[in-house]
Amino acid sequence: MNEIAFLGALEIGLVYGLVALGVFLSFRVLNFPDLTVDGSFPLGAAVTAALIVAGTDPYLATGVAMLAGAAAGMVTAFLNLRFRILHLLASILTMIALYSINLRIMGRPNLALITEPTVLTPFEGLGLPGFYLKPLFALAVVLLVGGLLARFLASDYGLGLRATGANARMARAQGVATGRSTYVGMALSNALVALGGALFAQMNGFADITMGTGTIVVGLAAVIVGEVVLRSRLVVIAVVACVLGSVVYRIAIALALNADVLGLQSSDLNLVTAILVAGALILPGARNPIKALFAKAGAR
Amino acid sequence: MIRVEDLEVTFSPGTAMETRALQGVTLDIAAGEFVTVIGSNGAGKSTLLNCLTGDVAPSRGRILIDGSEVTRWPAERRSGLAARVFQDPMAGTCEGLTIEENLALAAGRGARRGFGLALDAVRRAEFRARIARLGLGLEDRLGDLMGLLSGGQRQAVSLIMATLRPTKVLLLDEHTAALDPRMQDFVLKLTRDLVEAERLTTLMVTHSMRQALAFGSRTVMLHEGRVVFDVRGPERLELGVPDLMALFTKVRGEELDSDKLLLD
Repeated sequence: MNEIAFLGALEIGLVYGLVALGVFLSFRVLNFPDLTVDGSFPLGAAVTAALIVAGTDPYLATGVAMLAGAAAGMVTAFLNLRFRILHLLASILTMIALYSINLRIMGRPNLALITEPTVLTPFEGLGLPGFYLKPLFALAVVLLVGGLLARFLASDYGLGLRATGANARMARAQGVATGRSTYVGMALSNALVALGGALFAQMNGFADITMGTGTIVVGLAAVIVGEVVLRSRLVVIAVVACVLGSVVYRIAIALALNADVLGLQSSDLNLVTAILVAGALILPGARNPIKALFAKAGAR
Repeated sequence: MIRVEDLEVTFSPGTAMETRALQGVTLDIAAGEFVTVIGSNGAGKSTLLNCLTGDVAPSRGRILIDGSEVTRWPAERRSGLAARVFQDPMAGTCEGLTIEENLALAAGRGARRGFGLALDAVRRAEFRARIARLGLGLEDRLGDLMGLLSGGQRQAVSLIMATLRPTKVLLLDEHTAALDPRMQDFVLKLTRDLVEAERLTTLMVTHSMRQALAFGSRTVMLHEGRVVFDVRGPERLELGVPDLMALFTKVRGEELDSDKLLLD
């Protein structure tokens, strides 16, 4: 793997780090298995691309994309809380609906952004080549967002959110409005995923209707890898672990695809991801399979 | 302080599984009273308590706590008026959060949750002092996950959580039932101390007749969703467990008699 390929993996890893943070929030913090992300990731890309093409400021477009993602998350939460539709099914309904909505937003299956201004445009005059600038920018965004998220989860409100996912009955007994917490958490989660989609579209110069396929598995893979690498009861560490997991996962994938002995093609990516996630879930002590392996070895 | 008027609860109405858990319970509990509630399985003790906390919605009747009609209030809103301790030590605390995070959660009960840090030096010092009074050595383990504690330790922390913020009403749902005898005594003594220190109006559901008479100032017996027996003051002081047992069998016996009447 050469330097450019490494920086590319780093960039993608950091952008998907935002997705990992969103998935962490729904799956781990709220205990709400949410597949909406397969729709809200391309939603973020579609909204941003359509607005930029129409002449909107890229930063404003990215902000609107986040709001759109938040709305998508709230639809899923609404279906689940108001009508008691199983969370998985509710999120699949939203995801499927978003496919049509995304097509409507873009007007066609893909939009090119190569010649358009993006959030990176103001920094392009600094003399830094794109392959350095993009991962640096992504890093800055992830640090900012991750920092804010960690601080939020450490607040009184955030603690209420965590209790909602951990023990809803107890949370209510302590005065936490668990319904409202779920709305807020799901909105926030999908806003982060949409932000990931918006950045992905602007860094890669396009938005495509199929770009969301498997987003949830990639996000989950990042969260799981993160938990293997860094396990802690401190919420700050858990947030860092998500982003780190996403980067490590991308670099591992890049290495695997680059290793000629394995004979893998880039089209094998989804299969490799699925096997990795399934493996991590099957292994005993799924949350930290490596530790579980060591523990077994020590016991003998 | 607590007023329950003609409360009725029916589970799965209109089906073969229909259960009339409460059939018109009326109860008036004055401020500072410590009421113990006894009754056999299915008497409606837990349903009554769950109605007070808002976990179960009554099909008829009214509930007033501290002058406010709370019948239609959701559980989270009522938590500002009444704190509760669950029967199951796992239910009342979050095992995935640390002890201090659980306490911080309880510290926000009845208040608006803002974006200030949930744990700071001031709060930690307060929690430390509160937990140290338990004498269980937990004050040095505030950063440990709640899941690492034993059932008794968790119930003790639950009681501290329930009384962390000024509350007027304390609702206890067989909160010692899952504990070993030694821990039961410890938690009961702690309960009595806290109730006396904070002058709380308390409702304690219990299975044990001994507990029902040894604690509190008034004892209510429920049977098949009705109050069948309500005793306080000097009359209660003279009552022993055998007397209570006799009353209990009398209640059941009368019911058998009435069945016989029906058959005749």
